[in-house]
Amino acid sequence: MTTLSDPPAESFKLSMLVYDTRYRAITFQIIALIAFLTLVGWLANNTIQNLADLGKEPSFGFMFEPAGYDINQRLIDYSSQSSHLRAAFVGLLNTLLVAVLGCITATIVGVIVGVLRLSGNWLIARLMTVYVEMFRNVPVLMWIVLCMAILIESLPAPSAFRGDDPASTMKLFDSVAITNRGVYVPEPLFARGLGDISVFGAFDISLDLIAILLVLGGSIFVSRRIGKKADATQEATGIRPRTWHIRTGVLLLPVIVLLGLLGFHFGYPELKGFNFAGGTHMRNSLIALWLALSLYTAAFIAEIVRAGILAISSGQSEAAAALGLRSNRIMSLVILPQALRVIIPPLISQYLNLTKNSSLAIAVGYMDITGTLMGITLNQTGRELETVLLGMLVYLAISLSISSVMNLYNNRVKLVER
Amino acid sequence: MKTTVFLGALTVAGLAAGAAGAATLDDVKARGTLNCGVSTGLVGFAAPDDNGEWSGFDVSLCRAVAAAVLGDPTAVEFVPTTGKTRFTALASGEVDMLARNTTWTFSRDVDLKFTFTGVNYYDGQGFMVPKALGVSSAKELDGATVCIQTGTTTELNLADFFRVNNMSYEPVPIETNAEAQQQFLASACDVYTTDASGLAATRATFETPGDFIILPEIISKEPLGPLVRHGDDEWGDIVTWTLNALVAAEELGVTSANAKDMASAATDNPEINRLLGTEGSLGEMLGLGNDWALMAITAGGNYGEIFEKNIGENTPIGLARGLNAQYTDGGLLYTPPFR
Repeated sequence: MTTLSDPPAESFKLSMLVYDTRYRAITFQIIALIAFLTLVGWLANNTIQNLADLGKEPSFGFMFEPAGYDINQRLIDYSSQSSHLRAAFVGLLNTLLVAVLGCITATIVGVIVGVLRLSGNWLIARLMTVYVEMFRNVPVLMWIVLCMAILIESLPAPSAFRGDDPASTMKLFDSVAITNRGVYVPEPLFARGLGDISVFGAFDISLDLIAILLVLGGSIFVSRRIGKKADATQEATGIRPRTWHIRTGVLLLPVIVLLGLLGFHFGYPELKGFNFAGGTHMRNSLIALWLALSLYTAAFIAEIVRAGILAISSGQSEAAAALGLRSNRIMSLVILPQALRVIIPPLISQYLNLTKNSSLAIAVGYMDITGTLMGITLNQTGRELETVLLGMLVYLAISLSISSVMNLYNNRVKLVER
Repeated sequence: MKTTVFLGALTVAGLAAGAAGAATLDDVKARGTLNCGVSTGLVGFAAPDDNGEWSGFDVSLCRAVAAAVLGDPTAVEFVPTTGKTRFTALASGEVDMLARNTTWTFSRDVDLKFTFTGVNYYDGQGFMVPKALGVSSAKELDGATVCIQTGTTTELNLADFFRVNNMSYEPVPIETNAEAQQQFLASACDVYTTDASGLAATRATFETPGDFIILPEIISKEPLGPLVRHGDDEWGDIVTWTLNALVAAEELGVTSANAKDMASAATDNPEINRLLGTEGSLGEMLGLGNDWALMAITAGGNYGEIFEKNIGENTPIGLARGLNAQYTDGGLLYTPPFR
């Protein structure tokens, strides 16, 4: 009689790492990882060693020394005595400002152009084609420089506003001055402001702004509640109560009352010395960069939107038309929502491109992070490696945040399959 | 060397390759050309003419060094650099020397690890404004918009000057002289500030130079001079003493016209003899031929000739010698003796 016994336990031999298909794939991946890390380590070590031989050990201590230079556009307090770190931060905010403004404008222009390019009107469709091809085929740097040159050369200098019979006058009831140094618009001021609150001593946040935002948020909440109530009434009785006047009142009145309490008024720009003083100064460098980046990226977004719309079968619009919808409602209620899932992934790339292209800002003297940290700071301290590394990290962080936010949105609008 | 070149390409534009190639003189001789970093275009100091031929005050120094080292003043590869790119170009070994209106400062010398090899122009920062503005002093510039080349010492001086005098200003940072000029001429800025010599050179290219004035205040010391990488003293000596030879030649009355005659036979001035190589072996000590100074001087003339030809009072730029006269004429030019 034979007894069944377990097969002998296979002992693990080193050679199995190569010959056994169960382990081989993992073995090779681990070897590749070690080789890669060694290469990276060797490169880093070599760089540090060579810099040390040059007498320039990598160090980030310079970031805390006074920068010594001035920056014209600053969203937070900054003087030439502030540190390089703060200068980099000022530059970062300027980068973010132009990126946000650019992405919004580019999206609006891009969607309009993309839709119009499919218009049945021959002239409009061709005009949009010309626009798209013009911007897609010329480098963005040239558009930036061109926008700046047009602003500088065609607009009057502040001196043209001077004298009894000036060559130029301010527009819009003497409140807006358009010059070749930028556009000066009235700024909101508060006679009885609440002051500022300092965050970690690093920057100030206006309490007025917080108060207004809070009130506005509350108003929107109440307004939505009214809307929901109207929906419920409609559901129950079939008649929708008229609420728009109440909702408008709820939105506007509290803010107006608050503004009145704070003593809200406008500060108008006026000629003072060499320049206009007072008001908000939108520099030409910002305008040129914003305009060029938006128009350039919009051309790409238009193509993406066109592709997205064309991806929706024409049966969809015919079906919507059969239900009696007008063509603009077909576009906004049927076509675009479906097209979004095709549009959004390439749109993320365009937002990233716009943000990265903003590093061309120095061409027009806009002080973004490339201008401050990777420009003047690099030059004054001679720390190429450190500043460029920091700059790359910053752009990486910005890009990753943009794409993660956009991916969240993409997950919300993408087709839900059952 | 191979590893360092690879690394340089990967990381910081070959910072390391510069360190490895310490013997710049050998590199230049092997290459047969001198790589000289100059400005991207500042008439009088360094600018290409219609034929693409570079000329100017700084360019002449590059040519003199090339003549001293290679015996040929045309054996120069000019590398245009901006205020921002110049130091990286030098540190990475892309250029052998920089002759580009660069101010000799402590941090550049000590912290950036460069060696300044002398001063070829004693300058100071000035302001240029349109006459129509009616300004006669830099102290009246409160609130002005100022065009400035970014990444320069002038940027720091400007910040200090306005802060110390309790004045405000709006800086318009520009990358190159040409762009600054465009903005200034279009009145996008009230003031253009840079070294006074640069202002004069820029003004000379305007259609109506008479409409602009350079304000009397000079707010800084800007000793401009050539520089080389730290750590190659032999090469530094060559650039230093080539510049000194040009200055000494003017002092000793050696010109591009009479240098050959003076070198053909020993003169009765022993310093001239040592300079021109008819006595002693100064050239060999530098690792060059004994006629190195003769070649440098005949390349473009002595310091005075170079000055007069490129930026002197008879040129459109019209700079007076001022501080840049020989010490015998009340200026600051004073070379250590050739012995």
